[in-house]
Amino acid sequence: MSDPFVLGGIPLTSRLFIGTGKYSRNTLIPEVVASSGSQVITVALRRVDPQSQENIMNYIPSQMTLLPNTSGARTAEEAVRIARLARAAGLGNWVKIEVISDQKYLLPDNSETIRATEILAAEGFVVLPYMSPDLSAALRMKAAGAAAIMPLGAPIGSNRGLQTKELLRILISEVDLPIIVDAGIGRPSEAAEAMEMGASAVLLNTAIATARDPLLMAEAFREAVSSGRKAYLAGLGPVEEAAVHSSPLTGFLN
Amino acid sequence: MSFYETVLRLEQLPYETLWKQFTAEDVNRALRKERLDEHDLQALLSPAAASCLEEMAQRAQQLTRKHFGHVMQLFTPMYLADFCVNHCTYCSFSSIYDFPRKKLGPEELRQEASVIAASGFRHLLVLTGESRKESPTAYVKDCVKILREYFSSVSIEVNPLSIEEYRELMEAGVDGLTLYQEVYHQETYRKLHIKGPKRVYRNRLDAPERGCQAGFRAVNIGALLGMYDWRQEAFFTAMHARYLQDKYPECEIGLSAPRFRPYLGEFNPDSDVTDRALVQIILAYRLFLPRAGITLSTREPASLRDRLVHLGITKMSAGVSTEVGGHTQTGGTPQFEISDSRNVQEIIDMLIANNLQPVFKDWDILTVAPV
Repeated sequence: MSDPFVLGGIPLTSRLFIGTGKYSRNTLIPEVVASSGSQVITVALRRVDPQSQENIMNYIPSQMTLLPNTSGARTAEEAVRIARLARAAGLGNWVKIEVISDQKYLLPDNSETIRATEILAAEGFVVLPYMSPDLSAALRMKAAGAAAIMPLGAPIGSNRGLQTKELLRILISEVDLPIIVDAGIGRPSEAAEAMEMGASAVLLNTAIATARDPLLMAEAFREAVSSGRKAYLAGLGPVEEAAVHSSPLTGFLN
Repeated sequence: MSFYETVLRLEQLPYETLWKQFTAEDVNRALRKERLDEHDLQALLSPAAASCLEEMAQRAQQLTRKHFGHVMQLFTPMYLADFCVNHCTYCSFSSIYDFPRKKLGPEELRQEASVIAASGFRHLLVLTGESRKESPTAYVKDCVKILREYFSSVSIEVNPLSIEEYRELMEAGVDGLTLYQEVYHQETYRKLHIKGPKRVYRNRLDAPERGCQAGFRAVNIGALLGMYDWRQEAFFTAMHARYLQDKYPECEIGLSAPRFRPYLGEFNPDSDVTDRALVQIILAYRLFLPRAGITLSTREPASLRDRLVHLGITKMSAGVSTEVGGHTQTGGTPQFEISDSRNVQEIIDMLIANNLQPVFKDWDILTVAPV
């Protein structure tokens, strides 16, 4: 089944994006890449240390498409500066904008994210904004030149699943851009559900990094994302609120 | 509005009876809650929680791994100057002690920075005694400008400053502030701080808030445990952190739980904080403030630090010297005796053995031109 997902001009066969944080050792990263089949990996520029042997970049397989993120940015200006630093450091021109001005819940600041999207898209970045699911904000991000929209399923790192399901549905249906559900997905079944709903991809980190067996969990997510996508493409049967009568009461009228 | 109003309110609570009113059931209720309130925090610090430490530890570890992952951020302190005009009864830098005082000049600073950076550190905490004459803000600023060439994050632990001074330091490249109230109990505070500007309780209490207002990325607070009843001190510390977190959500608020250590003088605190008590405090901090960073210093012995890494701690110091120029010179006076004297590699090995990843770099001060 050929079902390429083209993002930023790159055709992807995997719709599972993964992260690099929270692992007990960096050597797990290439193993998780292999188990997950993922082709896109996000990395926090704040952790990149070119002077160190333990630089996280040394553990990311070369075939991966890098998605540097602006973790730590509290304003659009900071996000823009981090993105420029990432590009200057040779991490490519993709960027996941993360602007979080609330350290308690780590919820993204949509208005600052829109501003950063405008600036960075104009500078030729492939911009993937992480956001709180909100239709008008998503449309503004699209107008600003975002390559995809990355709404959260639940607060970051919470493993609470698709708490924002209704809002995600609206974005999937109304925004003519890939929707990549990012944050909150804790179980493979939730990743599958996001894909069944029509999300173009999912991004997750905590669920794999904090699992007892991260490699097996990466494999589980790989299969779940693939299944969910197939179910979406196959067209799910309509869900009936009540049983369909096999002997309709008005059958005599035919 | 300042945290001082909260201090005045909390001081009115009848602690003699308050701690006794909690049961294990109150502790378990707190353990099941998503967001803990003041009453839950008291339960976790109460004698009743002593029998629930294992349950608290399990939950604390779960929360820490979920929010921070299997990583431990490492940093090291650097003492710039030990001149001090204060007389505090628990500190070697106190003005009453007669020893040759030092402060690092630019060359010495570079030597010290090179040695520390070569051991892998990217996050540095710089400290001074309190002397506006010998180590004024301008001196700290000049040092920071040099240190930024070697480190990706520089925090300060100096005497309380004004918002303007904090802003000045931020512009020079400081991104974090550490400032311990030492003692929240006002009467004890006055007893311990005999002479000098540090005697002014309120100026110190409000300084972390001034740091938040100035816009520091991270602000770290704590009480020096052992100076007064530890339950009350930990309670005030956690309430202070919650106050700052609620009022300044953009700032990363962190806590430390330093225990009193031997120093140059003879002072012995009234209150003994046992290992069990320290564990209870750290767990209470984690449960009450799930996302706050918790720092563990080398005041604690190696054997205990090796266990505490699983109980809510997110940052550790390593390869520590508490004297000015201590990484390149000899003959200085330590501010206090450290307990875990392992070198950086030994700490790295310990963390790896504990299935934790040592992280030396977790932020980079943004040095590119503003947008």
